[in-house]
Amino acid sequence: MQQKSPGKLQQFFHFPEGDGLATDEFIKGLWRENPVLVQVLGMCPTLAVTNSATNAIAMGLATLFVLVMSNVLVSSLRKVIPKQVRIATYILIIATFVTVADYVIQAISLEVHKALGAFIALIVVNCIILGRAEAFASKNTVWKSLMDGLGMGIGFTFALLLLGTVREILGNGTLFGFPFFPDSFQEWVIMILPGGGFFTLAFWLLFFNGMKARKKDNHTEVHPEKESVEEVYV
Amino acid sequence: MKTGNLWFIFINASLINNFVLAYFLGICPFLGVSGKLSTASRMGMAVTFVMLISSMAAYGIHAFLLWVDAPFLQLISYIVVIASTVQLVEMFIKKFSPTLFKALGIFLPLITTNCAILGLALFQTNKGYNFLESFVFALGAGLGFTLALVLMAGLREKLDFAEVPAIAKGTALTLLVAGILSLTFMGFAGLGG
Repeated sequence: MQQKSPGKLQQFFHFPEGDGLATDEFIKGLWRENPVLVQVLGMCPTLAVTNSATNAIAMGLATLFVLVMSNVLVSSLRKVIPKQVRIATYILIIATFVTVADYVIQAISLEVHKALGAFIALIVVNCIILGRAEAFASKNTVWKSLMDGLGMGIGFTFALLLLGTVREILGNGTLFGFPFFPDSFQEWVIMILPGGGFFTLAFWLLFFNGMKARKKDNHTEVHPEKESVEEVYV
Repeated sequence: MKTGNLWFIFINASLINNFVLAYFLGICPFLGVSGKLSTASRMGMAVTFVMLISSMAAYGIHAFLLWVDAPFLQLISYIVVIASTVQLVEMFIKKFSPTLFKALGIFLPLITTNCAILGLALFQTNKGYNFLESFVFALGAGLGFTLALVLMAGLREKLDFAEVPAIAKGTALTLLVAGILSLTFMGFAGLGG
C-alpha cells in the first residue's frame, strides 16, 4: 500500500532544498484525511451526480482541477491578501476557476455538461475547496499546497467513484455504460434515485467505520503483555 | 392558469423536488444543524430569508448581465450577492437576537457556502422564471428546506435515546434516516400532476 511508506518514498526522492517532494501532503488526502469518507465534506456533489460512474469521474476531475488551481493561486497570493477580506477573495478565485472549468467541459462534451447540469457551477460552494484554501493553502508554500490539492482532489474522485460504481451497477445494471449483468438482472431502480445516494454513502461510511474499529481491536490484541502487566498492578 | 402555475411551482420546489432530499442541495447544514429542533427551525428561517433576497437580486443581475452581454460573470456576481446578503442577515440577527446568533454559530456565515442558495439562483435562471415565479420558487424552496431540517431534527432528538451499534453512530445513521425521508418524499411525486 502506498500510504504506509511516505518516509521511504521521501528518502528515495531526496530533495536537498525546501520541503522535499511533500509526499505526505499528497498521501494524506487519499486516505487518512479523505475529504468525503473521513471529513464528510462536499456532500452535495457527492450525492447528486454519482448516479453513474462516468458522471462521478467527470465531477471528480472538474473538482480536482479547481482545487489544485485555487490552492496554487491562494498560496502564491497568501502574503498579499488582507486578512479581513480573505474569505471573499478565496470565493472569487474559486468562482473564476469554476467558470473556466464550466466552459472547458462544455467544449469537450456537451453530453457530460448536460448530465452534470448546475452542479458544475455548484463546485463554487463545495466546502472542500474553500476549506483547503482557508486551512491549508493560506498557510503553506505553493508546492505543498499543490500536492495537498492533488491529494485531496484524487481522494475526492476516488470516493465519488466508489459511490458511482455501486449505484450504476445496482441501479442500472451497467458499468461506464457497458452491461455488467446478464439480461435477466432486475435493476434496483432505487439506487439511482435520490434515496439510493443517501443509502450508498451510509453503507460506505459504515464499512469504513467497521474497518477502522476492527483495526483498533487488532491493535490492542498485538500488545497483550502490556495489558497483563497493568492488570498485575491493579 | 396563472395562479395555478404559481401554486405548482411552490409545491414542486417545497415537496416534490425538495432541495435537500431530491436535489441534495444544502446537505452540510442538514447534517450539521439538525441536532436540536429549536436551532433547526431558526436556521431554516434564516436560510429562507437569504433565499428570498438573493433570488430577487439574482433576477436583477441576470437581466443586467444579459443587457451588457456578459454571461460568464454570472457565477461570480451571484456568489458576491449571496455573500453580502448573508453578511446583512448576520448583522441583523446579532443585533436583535444574540442568543440565536450564538446557537447558529459557525453555520450562519456558512450559509454563504450553502449550495441550496446558489443552486436556487442558478435553477431559476435556467428555468427562465419571471420575477413573481422566482419569488414563489424561492419561498417554496426555503420552506421545503425548513421542513426537511425540522423533520430531521425531530427524528434525531428521538434517536438520541435509541441504542445504536457504535460504528453506525453519527453521520452514517443520519444518512440512513435521510435516505428513508427521501423515499417518503417521493410519495409526493403525484401531487403536481
